[in-house]
Amino acid sequence: VRIERRLERARWLNVAVPVGSIAFAFAVMALVLLATGHDPGFTYRRLLDSAFFADGAISQTLTSATPLAFTGLAAAAAFRMQLFNIGGEGQLYAGAIGGAAVALLLGGAVSTPVHVLLMSLAGAAGGAALALVPAVLRAFLRTNEIITSLMLNYVTALLLNYLIFGSQSFWRDTSTPEARVFPQGKALPDSAAWPAAALDLGRPILVPLGFLLALGLALGLWFVYGRTRFGFEVQVIGDSPRAARYAGMRTRRKILAVMGLSGAVAGLGGASQDGDFRHQLDARGLTQASYGYTGIVVAALGRYNPFAVCLVAFLLGGLQNAGYTLQGADFPSGLVGVMQGIILFSTLGGELLIRYRVRVGRGLRRGHPSPEPAR
Amino acid sequence: MNDSFAVDLIANSLQYGTPLLFAALGELLAERSGVLNLGVEGMMLVGAVMGFWAVQRLDGPTGAVLLTAVLVAALAGALMALVHAFLVVTLRASQIVSGLALTIFAGALGLSSYLGNDLDLAGAPAEHAFSPLDLFGLGDLPLVGPIVFDQNALVYVSWALVAAVGFYLARTRPGLNLRAVGESPAAADAMGISVTGYRYAHTLAGGALAGIGGATFSLAITPQWVDGLTGGSGWIAIALVIFAFWRADLCLVGAYIFGAFSYLPLKLQSQGVTIAPELLQSLPYVMTVLVLVLVSSGFAKRRLGAPAALGVPYLREEG
Repeated sequence: VRIERRLERARWLNVAVPVGSIAFAFAVMALVLLATGHDPGFTYRRLLDSAFFADGAISQTLTSATPLAFTGLAAAAAFRMQLFNIGGEGQLYAGAIGGAAVALLLGGAVSTPVHVLLMSLAGAAGGAALALVPAVLRAFLRTNEIITSLMLNYVTALLLNYLIFGSQSFWRDTSTPEARVFPQGKALPDSAAWPAAALDLGRPILVPLGFLLALGLALGLWFVYGRTRFGFEVQVIGDSPRAARYAGMRTRRKILAVMGLSGAVAGLGGASQDGDFRHQLDARGLTQASYGYTGIVVAALGRYNPFAVCLVAFLLGGLQNAGYTLQGADFPSGLVGVMQGIILFSTLGGELLIRYRVRVGRGLRRGHPSPEPAR
Repeated sequence: MNDSFAVDLIANSLQYGTPLLFAALGELLAERSGVLNLGVEGMMLVGAVMGFWAVQRLDGPTGAVLLTAVLVAALAGALMALVHAFLVVTLRASQIVSGLALTIFAGALGLSSYLGNDLDLAGAPAEHAFSPLDLFGLGDLPLVGPIVFDQNALVYVSWALVAAVGFYLARTRPGLNLRAVGESPAAADAMGISVTGYRYAHTLAGGALAGIGGATFSLAITPQWVDGLTGGSGWIAIALVIFAFWRADLCLVGAYIFGAFSYLPLKLQSQGVTIAPELLQSLPYVMTVLVLVLVSSGFAKRRLGAPAALGVPYLREEG
């Protein structure tokens, strides 16, 4: 068996591999379920039902999908340049802190559109500011961004907990005796609640404004990365930093710009959490959801294509939503995480099929130069 | 004197640092071979749950049961690492994404939770657990008694392991080969060293040690099983390897510093000191970033830097 690099990547594999991965994950999980005495048919029917087919399931799934679309796009934006920003988690928190601060400061004095605009800006600014820390360190001191962005996730999570549980901060509700005993965030003013679009496709579906924003962002990212000089240079730097340097591309600026962009997208997801769903700075809810890490799965599954990322976010959102609603005695806990993991593993394995050709039988003899140019 | 603040703090820092030490030594071995494994948290959790399963289900003398449980935990961790090794060494997948996938697959919302639930382990007190040994009856000595002579067996095993790993890397032929594989796989390959073999072996060893690290929680520190028992220790262990410049002896120092930071908030709270625990808890992460910045400066990189081939897949024709 020989493995060699493909000269041309087969386009159909770009679709076949993710689809095959999902099918493979369902098959493997069915074996695990059988081995542990659960009925896979029954479990899967309930899973799909509560993800997509039950009353109100699609609206719930969109709710779960929205943050994943943001963090997925954030990861995709950075990973395209081989910048491994795994700080989407913390950047989302920073965005949520910024968005909530603006909403609380403005209070009921301004209308909803102004709230949406300013909360989005504050959220994006918060996420971008946090992402710029690893970006600056990477650009000027060549510090590995993987670990620094990861460490900042923990620092930001602790900051978030401090604001709600550890102090009498501006974000914390201290108005009633109960709120002083069971700490929670201050309720945002009513006009800071983002509107949702009601669709009627046979049954009513609520599309959160955040999800529409994410779709708009996907369009924007597709344009920037696919159709502009900036996007082209980012691609070249990602593929071959040396070639980019010889061509006179400004790598440092790109690192700052791309990380800032990635952080801003994740931060916007945080503001959307405040405005669309939680209507307070929900420290516990945000830190338990791990949107940032799942976003990396989403980006990898979508092969860093913005539109595919949104689609994958919708599918994984359904899986997560089903996981939440089905938690209980007759539904195996941890199933959703295991399935996400297997899907991701098989997608990663499938990458091999996209990039390399597997030949069985006698190939070129060892020691002869490869017919393809070395990278 | 032995009840004093400092002695209690140091003795407990050792206890809380031990899971970090095991996991960090494992990650160190994997990274020295050029394989970055971000799945430590997941491997620790699976090790913790399987180790706990072993003590709950096995009968026999406590010592034998605990030894078996540690071996079960190591095996479980190694199995998890095998998935990662297969993907990144054989299939050359992205090490970062694969490691994250491993944490999602095995972690607090994945396999470890599934196993804990399905094997019905949550909420029950442990049938057997590691307890302080009171070595040579010296546990009552002033100062050193509680710190050196009154720890559980895993603490002593971890000390032996630090010495073993340090010796292995610096003084043995396989250790030298390992470092060659991590620095320049092409050169190692040309010397006839099996890059694939070394990477598989050390990634698996890393998984086994992460599993033992996780079991340190479920068998010694808090002898029970709850979802997400390790609480992010796996990530700290990854940071610790960098903090320790990829050296075993410095891993020990770092693990105990980080252990102190995880114990100090509990201690201060019980003493009625009002300082935000979040502040103390964030220090290990901030320190890691600072150390990383220092390490990546030019001088440090030349003298102490990471294995040069860390994170880079090796393909013979492209090497």
